[in-house]
Amino acid sequence: MTKIRTSLLVAAAVATLAIPTLASAARMWMLPSETMFAGNGDEWATVDFAISSDLFYFDHPAQPFEPVLFAPDGTQAQVENKAKGRLRTTFDVHLTQKGTYKVAVLTNAVFGSYMLNGEEKRLPRGVTAETLAQAIPAGATDVKTSETNGRVETFLTAGVPTDTVFKPTGKGLEMVPLTHPNDLVSGEAATFQFLLDGKPAANLPVAVIAGGVRYSGALKEISAKTGADGKVTVTLPDSGMYWLNVTTAPPRPAPAAEGAPKGPPPPRPARIDNYVATLEVLGA
Amino acid sequence: MQIRHSLILTGVAAVGAGAASPALAETLDLTVTIPRMSVAEYHSPYVAIWLEKEGAAPRTLSVWYDIDKPKNGGTKWLRDIRLWWRASGRTLQFPADGISGATRAPGTHKLSLPAGKLGNGAYTLVVEAARESGGRETVRLPVTVSGGKGSAKAAGTAELGAVALTVKP
Repeated sequence: MTKIRTSLLVAAAVATLAIPTLASAARMWMLPSETMFAGNGDEWATVDFAISSDLFYFDHPAQPFEPVLFAPDGTQAQVENKAKGRLRTTFDVHLTQKGTYKVAVLTNAVFGSYMLNGEEKRLPRGVTAETLAQAIPAGATDVKTSETNGRVETFLTAGVPTDTVFKPTGKGLEMVPLTHPNDLVSGEAATFQFLLDGKPAANLPVAVIAGGVRYSGALKEISAKTGADGKVTVTLPDSGMYWLNVTTAPPRPAPAAEGAPKGPPPPRPARIDNYVATLEVLGA
Repeated sequence: MQIRHSLILTGVAAVGAGAASPALAETLDLTVTIPRMSVAEYHSPYVAIWLEKEGAAPRTLSVWYDIDKPKNGGTKWLRDIRLWWRASGRTLQFPADGISGATRAPGTHKLSLPAGKLGNGAYTLVVEAARESGGRETVRLPVTVSGGKGSAKAAGTAELGAVALTVKP
């Protein structure tokens, strides 16, 4: 009986961890109503933000995320009409300038444990790098932490695409597109560079998945790796919305063979960075 | 000063080209058929007509949209002529002299578009139609222009009917 309870607790803990890591089955994403605008100074996009197993359907509880809007002139602008439903967070973007906007949701979570009075304690949910110091009581020893940084982005262009919003901050995993994300055409190669703390993010797995799997039946995932220069080139075969994910998380170990003794789970790296972009490909 | 200089050079080039061929500019005679449809809701399509040449910027020749909407409101939907928008439309200001025109009803429309001096070579004339509450279709007409002449024909299957082009000096 005790044994079952323990394994249930472990499963619950894993599920909690899985949400922000993005590397698990649950995927974090934004979905803009459209990405290409005339640029008349008074246009609106509405954007959904959600976590789900399949793209792009709402099937997980919504999280209270704060989107950050970067305007073409280099300033930060406010999103409007933000609301959190049961399954999604939604907000509007008022496109008043010409050029490319970037919407980003940045997440940070610290997981871990410590020993206190001879007992192992887990960090509570919702601890971030900022609040970590307060979350660990005085006298705690053997503090083990793992930090996960997430960056979820999408792009909207009014008129001619511009590049101001792609200036990297030098923090975490970021994308610098060589092919503009609002200038993608089906069947044409697109190249993006990824930076980790401002330096080329080499040899990282890149996954690209088209939306609509519920009706197409096939996942048709495109797998690639960044080169030594952090660049990756992918060809998106059809029109539609795509989810792109790059992660520094180590690949999950293959499941143990039937009857084989289960080894201990691999240690969690001290830091994991995830990048997600939603890209719209308009047809040829 | 520099501007004047380049204008003079262009003038010389045009005269040079003119010496080889008597015409200084070609005209594109075009027929475009907008198919009649039996649908619950019909709006005349937005249409863009442009000319492509490898290595050169695509050139918009004609765009049909709701030019009479107040506050230039019809321009909002120009991006739905999707290929053209990316190729050329988004760099233009609307209304555009000699390019903007009203949408056209189903039927065959004859156009005569001044194309400037084309020169010999391979071109592609592209017609793209996007209909509100309807579909979108592109018809491409590859044409070889030689001595100021050339012709091509193609047809769409849904949003565009037959399209025929004659290039004349």
